[in-house]
Amino acid sequence: MSSIVARDLRMEFTSRDESGRAERVVALEHFDLEVRAGEFLSVLGPSGCGKSTFLSILAGLAQKSGGSLLVDGQPLEGINARQGVVFQGYALFPWRTVLENIEVGLEIRGVGKAERRERAREYLELVGLGGFGARYPHEISGGMRQRVAIARSLVYEPEVLLMDEPFAALDAQTREILQGELLRIWDRHKKTIVFITHSLDEAIFLSDRIAVMTHRPGRIKEIIEVPLPRPRLAELRNSEDFVHLRQRAWEVLKDEVRFATAPVPAATSTRAADWPASAQAGRRLAKG
Amino acid sequence: MGISAKLSGLFQRSLGILVFALLWELLPRSGLVSAAYLSPPSEVLGAIADLVSSGLLFKHLEASLYRSLAGLLLAIVSGVGLGLLMGGFRRLEALVDPLLQLFRQTSALALFPVFILFFGIGELSKVAIIFWASFWPILLSTISGVKQVDRLLIDSARSMGASRAFLFVKVVLPAAAPSIFTGVRLAGAYCVTALVAAEMIGAHSGLGFLTLNSQEVFQVPSMYAGILLLALVGLLLNAVLALIERRCTRWRRGLRADA
Ligand SMILES: Nc1ncnc2c1ncn2[C@@H]1O[C@H](COP(=O)(O)OP(=O)(O)OP(=O)(O)O)[C@@H](O)[C@H]1O
Ligand SMILES: [Mg+2]
Repeated sequence: MSSIVARDLRMEFTSRDESGRAERVVALEHFDLEVRAGEFLSVLGPSGCGKSTFLSILAGLAQKSGGSLLVDGQPLEGINARQGVVFQGYALFPWRTVLENIEVGLEIRGVGKAERRERAREYLELVGLGGFGARYPHEISGGMRQRVAIARSLVYEPEVLLMDEPFAALDAQTREILQGELLRIWDRHKKTIVFITHSLDEAIFLSDRIAVMTHRPGRIKEIIEVPLPRPRLAELRNSEDFVHLRQRAWEVLKDEVRFATAPVPAATSTRAADWPASAQAGRRLAKG
Repeated sequence: MGISAKLSGLFQRSLGILVFALLWELLPRSGLVSAAYLSPPSEVLGAIADLVSSGLLFKHLEASLYRSLAGLLLAIVSGVGLGLLMGGFRRLEALVDPLLQLFRQTSALALFPVFILFFGIGELSKVAIIFWASFWPILLSTISGVKQVDRLLIDSARSMGASRAFLFVKVVLPAAAPSIFTGVRLAGAYCVTALVAAEMIGAHSGLGFLTLNSQEVFQVPSMYAGILLLALVGLLLNAVLALIERRCTRWRRGLRADA
């Protein structure tokens, strides 16, 4: 199990504006966050506030401009091999079949071919895609691709799973089914999960705690505890506690969304039209 | 598609060639064009048969194939290798890009005297000119392919702990493969052109030599035989490259509209 401590993290980019002048963009500033071992933590924030930036720093893909980042008490250097990342967009290799995609992490770790296949199969089953192993990514649906991406980062058994809006591109129904499955996997495999999302509902349904970010330059504005009981079933979304938590989170988030230049993401609105979908997903979960 | 539909498709496609062959046969036979300049295809086929029975065809074909394949393979290996490096290191590319543009515009034929100066009149200068002609399209298309590789794919491999070698061989190379193959197919066409030029200057074998030499000794049918065989070599090379491309980018089949 690993814990993550970010202190006064800062990230700035230099980019060019229209006239070609160098321009500094501060994506993160005074960013403090602690992720406890084994918890499910969501990071919620308006578009462009620096969520993905935080995740790339955490994954070791981007170099922070300042502050400190400790993983298990050690400053993070380079890629953290004990983390798996599920990217915004599936990032599957289109020239590899589903099974070969899941194998990549094991291949990188030098695991032999036969064992690779076997473990990839196991995780293919875990995400409910047994029988689709020989397909190419463009031959399966978006929801299936996302499952493959999740299986791919689980297969080499990382302690921490970093997920960047993994379900954002999916329709409401598929999304709720996958949320349920993710919780089941998390429960079984005992990972630490840092889950980035735009969606209040998603954050509340999944998390132990929600870190709400400010608009850019992003920092953590408030941390909301989610004391809802587990296992969480789809019906929970209709409960009074859930609705109450959503109101509370929205209070924290709404000013930031207004400040952000991007329009309010649809997923943060509280549309009643979403409810039938969740009820349906609940029935499916109960059956499966 | 039914067999009859296939047959009619085949007929349609060969119709043009048949009409062309017929015209070609009739023009010299009717005396409209002098047979001393234009041999009818029947005589050309006869010349090819003679070349086969005398064993000369095999000799010329072998010499041509050896030169063109040696030059092309060298070009593929070095063009793809260098292209991967240059596409991967942006600074290097920015530095040498103007130079590349200049070299690319320098015709292989114009450089032939230089190659002869350096490598002599033998095989080496011939392979060199073919290499030069084939190298540039491969290099440039590899660089552009590498530059277009989705950043996300690289990051996702890196996040799993991929080494630089793994990134190049297992991510960048396959992602750039479609673009690389475009360059290789183009190189295949350039390579045949360069082959003919090389064999027409100071060679004693090869289909290009056969063509020019036949003209010089007034063996007109065998001159046309040489031209026809060169065209066939070009077609064959293109077909083989297309086959390799299809095998290597099989995964794309479902992505293309024509599949
Ligand atoms: N490589 C980069 N160069 C310059 N600016 C960048 C770069 N990456 C991100 N930024 C800027 O940093 C800010 C934060 O970007 P980031 O992708 O982290 O946002 P986000 O919270 O993930 O947004 P979204 O919810 O839309 O995915 C944005 O203003 C973005 O334009
Ligand atoms: Mg993002």
